[in-house]
Amino acid sequence: MRKTIDSIIETIIFICGILSIVFVVMIFGFLLKEGFAFFKEFGVISFITGKLWYPTSDPAKFGILSLIIGSLLVTAGACVIAVPIGIMSALYISEIAPSGVKDVLKSCVELMAAVPSVVIGFVGMVTFVPLVRAVFDIPTGLTAFSGSVMLAFMAMPTIVTISEDAIRSVPWSYKEGALALGATKWQAIRRIVLKAAMPGIIAAIMLGIGRVVGETMAVMMITGNAAHIPHSIFEPVRTMTATIAAEMGETVRGGMHYRSLFAIGLVLFVITFIVNFIADLFLGKSKK
Amino acid sequence: MRISKSLLLFLACFLFFSCSRPGEKGGEYAASIQIKGSDTIVNLIQVWAEKFVEENPSYNIGVTGGGSGTGFAALINGTCDIAMSSRKIEDKETAQAAEKNVTPVEFIVGLDGLAILINKNNPVDKLTLEQLRDIFMAKITNWKEVGGEDRKIVILSRESNSGTHMFFKEHVLRHNDKNAKEEFAPVSLLMPSSQAIYDEVYQNPNALGYVGMGFINDEVKAVSVAVNENSGYFYPNNDNVIAGKYPISRPLFLYTNGLPRDLVEKFIDYALSDEGQKIVAETDFVPINQKGE
Repeated sequence: MRKTIDSIIETIIFICGILSIVFVVMIFGFLLKEGFAFFKEFGVISFITGKLWYPTSDPAKFGILSLIIGSLLVTAGACVIAVPIGIMSALYISEIAPSGVKDVLKSCVELMAAVPSVVIGFVGMVTFVPLVRAVFDIPTGLTAFSGSVMLAFMAMPTIVTISEDAIRSVPWSYKEGALALGATKWQAIRRIVLKAAMPGIIAAIMLGIGRVVGETMAVMMITGNAAHIPHSIFEPVRTMTATIAAEMGETVRGGMHYRSLFAIGLVLFVITFIVNFIADLFLGKSKK
Repeated sequence: MRISKSLLLFLACFLFFSCSRPGEKGGEYAASIQIKGSDTIVNLIQVWAEKFVEENPSYNIGVTGGGSGTGFAALINGTCDIAMSSRKIEDKETAQAAEKNVTPVEFIVGLDGLAILINKNNPVDKLTLEQLRDIFMAKITNWKEVGGEDRKIVILSRESNSGTHMFFKEHVLRHNDKNAKEEFAPVSLLMPSSQAIYDEVYQNPNALGYVGMGFINDEVKAVSVAVNENSGYFYPNNDNVIAGKYPISRPLFLYTNGLPRDLVEKFIDYALSDEGQKIVAETDFVPINQKGE
């Protein structure tokens, strides 16, 4: 009897474990199927390098270059903001802060991760977007920059928590050695701690980027969704995720427009896969 | 034992569901009609049909889109009882109908009007259709070109799958020319909802966008629109839309073959009733029976 219970539970756990693999493979398979059906008719090159996105016109134009650039611009902007702040705050939490401050800071950072993206988007739309327009004196506040700032908020918790783990796992003896040789605290942190923790920090950055690239709701609300190639970060952009979310609702199942959205999904999947792969590479390195 | 139990349950369910819809005995309804045509109003007609069938469960109403032309073709070929349309029937179609002994009868069941919203502090208060076209195609990019301040224009449009987007594109950008290729400028911001357009216009003096007339209030400004400089400018309100003076509007039609009878008559009566017109307003169109109020 006990043995049967054991084996039943074992099977259940096995199924749960294997489920995530099955789901990923199935999702990827579905993306491939719909995406390739689209590429067969439209062609990969003209899809990725086309500048005009008029999916419902006749004849329809499916060029996602401006969408790719939009996604990359918002992501790059978010990184420029979130990475330095994230790493500094991880350093502060793990190396400098007194233990009382440390606990409060840590729980605040974790709380930040729990704010739903639609809330961040809404708050950004009502408060930050008008501010951006007024401060920079630009025609509209719905820009890639607004999106970047809001997404930086979302990427920061990931970057802070994982970098902090990496910094904390640097052996004490390294730092003690440096201090004993007469290095100042800043020298020890910069030359020894940061260097030793670097693979973990890079992995943290990559996971943060992964979150930003895939984010949808907030960017749809605050980046303006104009499908043209921006000349600066203070112009509206349209991201790939927002395009899928905004247009999926009313496309005809099996039509070209429907399939083109899956093709965008495929491009997005490839990008996040590469980012995650790099993160894994560095995480593996830091474990060694 | 267990099998027979579940079989019993299944049978009970089957019996229950087969009894619950009296009008559906043996899959036959007391009467049934087909409605085909315009995608613009297919949602409105769908709501009418659902409510109508809820009240008269013995009837069956099928509603399919496909475009106004599809609707007329079906009416002429006798494959539908009512054609729904967002344009008047063309002479060519009337002639084709006469050949097949079909006499289309027209009913206006509602109106469709779009307001051009701008910020309250924007001094511009009137625009011609031609100016609107140039603005939305980014040929005019500064408010001073249309009598406003020296500010860049921020174009707000709806997402491309929105019916409003299509109507505006066909009506204002393409002058209802089917072969025209005009598009909204790529720099126009595609907003996920009319509410999002309203919110941006509310706080941004550079922006303009088009929304249903229900969004007009004191916090924002709707511009008066003229066909050209020599014709009058008209403000988007129910009176001007009903009188056909406001240019970005159109009537919504139902067409029947001959004077309606039986279920077709009942359905059109329902569409024109107070309740039917209330649904017109709820689906963001302009009801037609407000003259008396």
